[in-house]
Amino acid sequence: MSYIGILITYVFISNLILSQFLGLCPFIGVSKDLESASGMGFAVTFVMTIASLVTWMVYHWVLIPLNVEYLQTVTFILTIASLVQLVEMVVQKYSPALYKALGIYLPLITTNCGVLGIALININQGYNLMEGFMAGFSAGLGFMLALILMSSIRVKMQTERVPKAFKGIPIAFISGGLMALAFMAFDKALLTNLIG
Amino acid sequence: MEIMRILLGILFTLVFGGALGMGLAVAFRKFSIEKDKVVGDLENALPGLNCGSCGYAGCSGYAEALAAGTDTDLTKCKPGGQSSLEAMGEILGVAVEASATKMVARPHCLGNNEKALKKYEYAGLQDCRAAMNQFKGFKQCEYGCLGLGSCIKVCPVDAISKTGDGLVKVDADLCISCGNCVDICPTGVMKMIPFDADYYIACNSKDKGKDTKGNCSVGCIGCKICEKKFPEGAFVVQDNLCVINYDEKDRDETRAEAAEKCPVNCIVKI
Repeated sequence: MSYIGILITYVFISNLILSQFLGLCPFIGVSKDLESASGMGFAVTFVMTIASLVTWMVYHWVLIPLNVEYLQTVTFILTIASLVQLVEMVVQKYSPALYKALGIYLPLITTNCGVLGIALININQGYNLMEGFMAGFSAGLGFMLALILMSSIRVKMQTERVPKAFKGIPIAFISGGLMALAFMAFDKALLTNLIG
Repeated sequence: MEIMRILLGILFTLVFGGALGMGLAVAFRKFSIEKDKVVGDLENALPGLNCGSCGYAGCSGYAEALAAGTDTDLTKCKPGGQSSLEAMGEILGVAVEASATKMVARPHCLGNNEKALKKYEYAGLQDCRAAMNQFKGFKQCEYGCLGLGSCIKVCPVDAISKTGDGLVKVDADLCISCGNCVDICPTGVMKMIPFDADYYIACNSKDKGKDTKGNCSVGCIGCKICEKKFPEGAFVVQDNLCVINYDEKDRDETRAEAAEKCPVNCIVKI
């Protein structure tokens, strides 16, 4: 599959949040305003890209030679959690500006199921290293897209008269569901039409 | 042979996790940056509520500014009060004044749905600032509490609640005197008074006495009875509105008598 195909697939067709329903905590928790949504989006994209690379390496260069592929979920969680910690330390040391922008979101991502999800998807789809890298990056972009769309909706919703029982999280989930419904319009047929 | 596979799995997970842990420990040694001790101490001295009333994003922001010397005003933290002021002074080696009684917010209005007359029925956005934009609020008195609860939304400790009859009330024990409610209140009816005050004037109307009386049955009409007959009570009438000078303490008895004599009963015991 071409890299453009992977990009379109993970941003629109198999959007992590809106069609695979992974990583819903930040989708609800950090989508209150545009600033934090984009900050979280960038942080997730960053981590997903690196995590895709590293988990691919761990799977193909450590798990397969040792014949323990069945431990992939456990090892990926360990890998991603320590990776995020490491990245946080490195960024804090060498790029305080980047740390100020992403720092507070990084610890939130250590156990994000979206990151683990894309790592496992890479393995299941049998991607090579570069395809995995692209898939991680695109999934991050798709995550950011969903988060930013959601945050604009929620900002608008603050001034709407929402029935009391639906205020806050419930109405956010309902709007998220409607958005997911809209994203169902992107399917494999779109991809074949676009790039044949 | 199956048992070997299980053991291998356990061993692998242990070794792999251990290696990552060791790696992180080494990396921490290598990459850790010395956090300024002063900043850490200051953060501990601050209450950690991150209410933002100091003007910084949170307690850590204020601590950093103080440590860096870009800000020299130690009194910006309202929730911390005296104890955190002293602690910060000690850390920075600055003498601090032993002053600042704890202040709490209180809405100065008793004009509930029954007592205050309305200009019109308001059915718009449930927010005092929005209501204030429409003919200066839906009450005939433009100084009173609109009771839609803009202050409730900005209170970081949930100390404010609706009374159910068109006003709000503040739980003085919960109030951290951050002043957010005072800033957001469009009518200015929310004011800070000392925590140990016994009486307050439950009205904010600066209208002339006759107009106030027409708008609301519990409004201060500026009759000056309290000011003239009870000079000991430290009442001052300005702009047709009585205020208490809280610097004059321990005047409870005089103020109690004045409260009885007030024709509209708006000198209220807390």
